[in-house]
Amino acid sequence: MDIKFTNDQLERYSRHIILKEVGVKGQKKLLGGSVLIIGAGGLGAPAALYLAAAGVGHIGIVDADVVDLSNLQRQVIHTTNDIGKPKVESAKETMEAINPDVEVTTYQKFLASDNIMDIIKDYDIILDGTDNFPAKFLINDACVMANKPFVHAGIIRFKGQLMTVIPHESPCYRCVFKTMPPKDAVPTCKQAGVIGAMAGVIGCLQALEAVKYLTGAGELLTGKLLTFDALKMEFHTIKLPPRGEGCAVCSDHPTITELIDYEQAQCEWKPGQN
Amino acid sequence: MADIKADETVDITDVVCPVTFVKAKVALDELDEGQILSIKLNDGEPVQNVPRSMKEEGHKVLKLDDNGDGTYQLYVEKVGE
Repeated sequence: MDIKFTNDQLERYSRHIILKEVGVKGQKKLLGGSVLIIGAGGLGAPAALYLAAAGVGHIGIVDADVVDLSNLQRQVIHTTNDIGKPKVESAKETMEAINPDVEVTTYQKFLASDNIMDIIKDYDIILDGTDNFPAKFLINDACVMANKPFVHAGIIRFKGQLMTVIPHESPCYRCVFKTMPPKDAVPTCKQAGVIGAMAGVIGCLQALEAVKYLTGAGELLTGKLLTFDALKMEFHTIKLPPRGEGCAVCSDHPTITELIDYEQAQCEWKPGQN
Repeated sequence: MADIKADETVDITDVVCPVTFVKAKVALDELDEGQILSIKLNDGEPVQNVPRSMKEEGHKVLKLDDNGDGTYQLYVEKVGE
């Protein structure tokens, strides 16, 4: 791709271009790259801010909800003035205000088996910023089937976790977590609470993985699960077993070959809610 | 000593650090391995930093000429793609 930098762009991206691991080529890859962020909530908000600032040329954002007062404690892309506005619109406005180089596509809808494939197909990498298991399994299975890299993340209370999946190369979410937890076995954010800055830490790590994937810098968090305990201020990286033959979706002989819309398994969960 | 023949020139006297190095890096990116970039830069910070940064990136700094007017001419050979 032949992108000629303007003087403004040289200045805007100077801290990237100076880096040997990013450089001119890496910045061009970011400007020519695309990321889909699923959920404009606690994880998606910081990820979207940093990816827009980084100059990712095309950012898609999916969320069916409108901004609620209770979101603002952690969803830093929205402001008090945005209450009642669709989250994807509010997020788009903020991203475009940060960086006019970025084209933002909004999807104000619930993701389900009948629309996810069509949405993810246009993007280089997907970030899972959802807060519920049906969505997480749906995103995993769809990304595996479409061969799309994605970055899983989950947060609750003071804890967070992260893993990057390159389908058919590294273990997928289902390799690790198999299937849905029993109803009410795991509380939702709403029931359990979450520290805003915690969501920020993990959402920023997702953005960082996307930047590394697009630029080719460093090593991705594949084959590993990173956990963060904010109360103890401890990060751990757990090495995962290699992608085995046993996985229901990513093995060479999968038993799951169609997307599944799992029933709501936690109380008060609505599809697409973040 | 024979003059070095530059394949491309860039003037970075119109910008300040760190955009000086960024502008030079962008110009160098357009060249092929082994080609030579001539960079016009100001005395002071740029002349202290840009040659060092070029070396750190693995490029060959060939020569630094004083233009006698507060500017310098730096010749860098590109190493790597």
